[in-house]
Amino acid sequence: MFVAPHIEWAALTPVLILLGAAVIGVLVEAFVPRASRRLVQLALSALAVAGALVAVTWRWTVVQSSGPRELVAGALREDGPALLAQAVLLVLSLLALLVIADRSRGEDGFAPTAAAVPGSEYEDQARRAGLAQTEVFPLTMFAVTGMLVFPAAADLLTMFIALEVLSLPLYLLAGLARYRRLLSQEASLKYFLLGAFSSAFFLMGLALLYGYAGSVRLDELAVAVPAMAGMDGLLLAGSALVIVGLLFKVGAVPFHAWTPDVYQGAPTSVTGFMAACTKVAAFAALLRFVYVVTPGLTWDLAPFLWTVAILTMVVGTVLAIVQTDMKRTLAYSSVAHAGFLLLGVIALDERGIGGVIFYLLAYGLATVGSFGLVSLVRTKDADGNVTSEAGHLSEWAGLGRRSPVLAVSFALFLLSFAGIPLTAGFTGKFAVFSAAVAGGAWPLVVVAVLASAAAAFFYVRIIVLMFFTEPPVAEDGSSTTVVRTEGLTAVAVVVCAVGTVLLGVVPSAILAITAQASKFLL
Amino acid sequence: MSVDLAATLVVAIPLLSAGVLLLLGRRSDGFGHWLGVAASAASCVLSVLLLLSLLGSPAEDRSVGVHLFSWIPAGELSVDAGFLVDPLSVTFLILITFVGTLIHVYAVAYMEHDDDRRRFFAYLNLFVAAMLILVLADSYALLFVGWEGVGLASYLLIGFWNQRTDYAVAAKKAFVMNRVGDMGLLIGMGALFATVGSVEFDEVFAAVPGLSEGWLTAIGLALLLGACGKSAQFPLQAWLGDAMAGPTPVSALIHAATMVTAGVYLIVRSGPIFEAAPTAQLVVAVVGAVTLLFGAIVGCAKDDIKKALAASTMSQIGYMMLAAGLGPIGYAFAIFHLFTHGFFKAGMFLGAGSVMHGMNDEVNMRGFGGLSRYMRVTWITFGLGWLAILGIPPFSGFWSKDKIIEAAFVGEGWQPWVLGGAALIGAGITAFYMSRLFFMTFHGEPRFNDGKNDQPGPEQHPHESPALMTVPMIVLALGSAALGGVLMVGESFFHWLEPVTGHVEHHEPVVPVPVLIAATLVLVALGVFLAWRQYWAARVPVTAPAGSVLTRAARRDLYQDVVNEAVFARPGTHLVRTMTYADTAVVDGAVNGLGAGAVGWGERLRKVQNGFVRSYGALMAVGVVLVLVAVLATRI
Repeated sequence: MFVAPHIEWAALTPVLILLGAAVIGVLVEAFVPRASRRLVQLALSALAVAGALVAVTWRWTVVQSSGPRELVAGALREDGPALLAQAVLLVLSLLALLVIADRSRGEDGFAPTAAAVPGSEYEDQARRAGLAQTEVFPLTMFAVTGMLVFPAAADLLTMFIALEVLSLPLYLLAGLARYRRLLSQEASLKYFLLGAFSSAFFLMGLALLYGYAGSVRLDELAVAVPAMAGMDGLLLAGSALVIVGLLFKVGAVPFHAWTPDVYQGAPTSVTGFMAACTKVAAFAALLRFVYVVTPGLTWDLAPFLWTVAILTMVVGTVLAIVQTDMKRTLAYSSVAHAGFLLLGVIALDERGIGGVIFYLLAYGLATVGSFGLVSLVRTKDADGNVTSEAGHLSEWAGLGRRSPVLAVSFALFLLSFAGIPLTAGFTGKFAVFSAAVAGGAWPLVVVAVLASAAAAFFYVRIIVLMFFTEPPVAEDGSSTTVVRTEGLTAVAVVVCAVGTVLLGVVPSAILAITAQASKFLL
Repeated sequence: MSVDLAATLVVAIPLLSAGVLLLLGRRSDGFGHWLGVAASAASCVLSVLLLLSLLGSPAEDRSVGVHLFSWIPAGELSVDAGFLVDPLSVTFLILITFVGTLIHVYAVAYMEHDDDRRRFFAYLNLFVAAMLILVLADSYALLFVGWEGVGLASYLLIGFWNQRTDYAVAAKKAFVMNRVGDMGLLIGMGALFATVGSVEFDEVFAAVPGLSEGWLTAIGLALLLGACGKSAQFPLQAWLGDAMAGPTPVSALIHAATMVTAGVYLIVRSGPIFEAAPTAQLVVAVVGAVTLLFGAIVGCAKDDIKKALAASTMSQIGYMMLAAGLGPIGYAFAIFHLFTHGFFKAGMFLGAGSVMHGMNDEVNMRGFGGLSRYMRVTWITFGLGWLAILGIPPFSGFWSKDKIIEAAFVGEGWQPWVLGGAALIGAGITAFYMSRLFFMTFHGEPRFNDGKNDQPGPEQHPHESPALMTVPMIVLALGSAALGGVLMVGESFFHWLEPVTGHVEHHEPVVPVPVLIAATLVLVALGVFLAWRQYWAARVPVTAPAGSVLTRAARRDLYQDVVNEAVFARPGTHLVRTMTYADTAVVDGAVNGLGAGAVGWGERLRKVQNGFVRSYGALMAVGVVLVLVAVLATRI
């Protein structure tokens, strides 16, 4: 007999606000005149994200006073880690949204019409007509909705649906870059194919776990784990495959291969959004699965997870060193950061949850800020036409002298990535590494510290490049320039920079909050 | 006005003024110097208010703690920034701000033709603020802040004319030698924290009875090392002579009246520690005695007027150190001499500056002579300072120096004879070299080309300095003449300091007091006579004669620089070279190897990232298979 589930509408407000904004956004595309469309979309999206942030804060106070609980017949969980991850997600989304919406020289970072064949006459006409693909706003809202559900998902099916809801808009967004469109479309397709591939693993794992426990709910799986007898092959393989599906999203080695290509090809503002927010959502979901379902499997899964963590840190760092493209360098750096974050997951220590979420916030601020800045540094050809972004590292040489503010903020983000004290990155690394030590994973911490030291090399190299190297003289007369924008990116960068410094200098307020979110509701 | 507010403002005003002057830069060139003077004067007024407020309260209540803010809350160590307003700190407040203000006024005229006068006043204000923090601090930690602050200001001011390489080198030398002393202070603080768990004065002194004498001696010696660096005491005295590279007002304020006495302040403030560590205390007295003779001997041979005065400063601070090393009996005398010395030495430095002002910045005394005719005010004010430092009654120095000599003769065994003897002989040598300086400058025949004689060199027209310079000199000269006697009326100064230095029963010296006074005066008269015969009555050669071995040694600061060079600098250089080599070969080698390895691996791994989605898919598939094998291996 089917019993209609009781739905806690109040607790769902954050998700509902964003979903509503996404749907209205689609209608806006249809009914609002083209001239005012962008403004309406931007206001709608920004208000929705801000509103959702307020709602999450409200739910946090409710959970603080009346305790965590399950929602919608157990499909979702409203508990400390979920709400905290959602809050971090929404803050980063809001900042990323500003970068996405920003226009420089009257053009945003997206193709004027995505359907046009790259380099065609039609595309040129569309560009001259000033068309804009304002669908990026509803797409972003759909993605954020999926991300918001991901950390709270309490059964594997909900988790899978959230995964798809957040992924599909990202596949599209990745293919919309205004410049180097072929690269962008290639990235989009690669991301889609590999994403589908990894979703298959996730589904396979889901099926195996259902075969083992007769349920897809995480709490029932957790109860069933100790009873494994005879069927433990199903349990172990299922858990491993689900984790593989999630590891793909965070970009852990060997499931990382998409990261550099997609980060490089996607529009830079989308890369920032994707790198920061997807990672928050995916890590929050990974934390929930690992902390709720697998504590009883530690001995079986540890070799796998430890190997992945070490490989991710080492490969991410080593490959970042040999990159010559700014976005690819940052992509590999994000792979290395995924490895550091895995330490907090593997720790299986209460402090690990808060530590990982703090790290995600620190990393997300630096990521959104640095990709925002990358989108402003452009190549100028001999005729003075400003074209695509200055991808090659050598084009960044001497930027410190011409655009000191930009270079100093970029340097700040790099220092935070490198984990230099007095930046947020240091506090985050400290929180995660100390949790890992408490959880007995000290060999991993040794590797992590060594990898951080090596990683500092390529971050500092970029700083040296910006401040102490003369800009190269190109044979074709092209040069590097920094474009002026409407100011939205500047606002986002300033907020990110201030946050990075504050979280490094006075982290105690945020650490106190993350410490409260140290337990998942089964 | 409450004590809290006054004590805060007294520091804040000059600090703020320094900040304003440095931030506004050239825009404040027009009024910067007067802002500096006003800030210093405001501090002076507030200091007088604090003095009156303390005088108005009963003696046992004359110690007020001012809590500023919680400064370093770090686990076990919790340091609050706070001020201690008591008779000792207020005495320093008056000295620093009053003499400081006079010197500020003087500098307005002295630095008039300098393009960077505003920056000079910014640094002077910075110095005043830092020095006030030093003496007002209620903990070693905050004292250290002021300690480093005055070190910085001293460095900036010595090297104020850093376009001249040798001046910049002198500034660096002072800075580095002070760092050696600071190390001692830091070690002392570390030891205090290790044993007491606190660096605040009241908590430390309360805990002293429970500490072993070994620890206390170690702490005392560490603090003494700090004091030696700052106060130019043996063996860290070599920087003071070079520090004369700074403009003369700096020499007067920092390197005569105030900063260099910080070491004496530190020893007196840490009295309870030294009380419980007699060995350390004896070392303080010995260092003082050695330095007072050392400085006096060096002073006899210097021809540079400022360097001779610097040697004299060193020697006089030696007296104070000696007194501070005698225990409670000497503390009040040390501070008394410090106070009067601040006036008469500052006055003489300003006089020297006035002479330089009138003589085109000439500093070689062999090129002076007979200047009393040209600059009456400078001559008289300098003369009063000269009488004071000689210890002629009833001028200031007599009261303070005589007390130290008497105190040095108190005790048992060899100590009173050695320490007292040094102090007594020092007084005689002081009389000789100060008279030499005074006569060579102001008396005898002119040894410069005044247009009438046949001396070589450019024609000089010595003239008196403007009123902005002479008025401060006159005020300081009045202090040199009368301050000691006034403060000795009813021994009021000692009663005033009693809450800090403690009440001491009178001790009889091993030699009766009248005999001591008489012996001192005889030695002083002998010194003056010898100087008169050689430097007034006889012709002073314009070029320095080769001189005896001792003279040559004294001219070169008794070879202290050579010793430092051989014992510390050269081995240090070799050590650093060796370590640099080790760093390049071993540490860098390892790091570079790691880097090269990483790049090599990176290039290889890069081949996997070939851009084909089929390869990526295959990589994932292989990864998944390996994962499943790894996870399931244990179950098969």
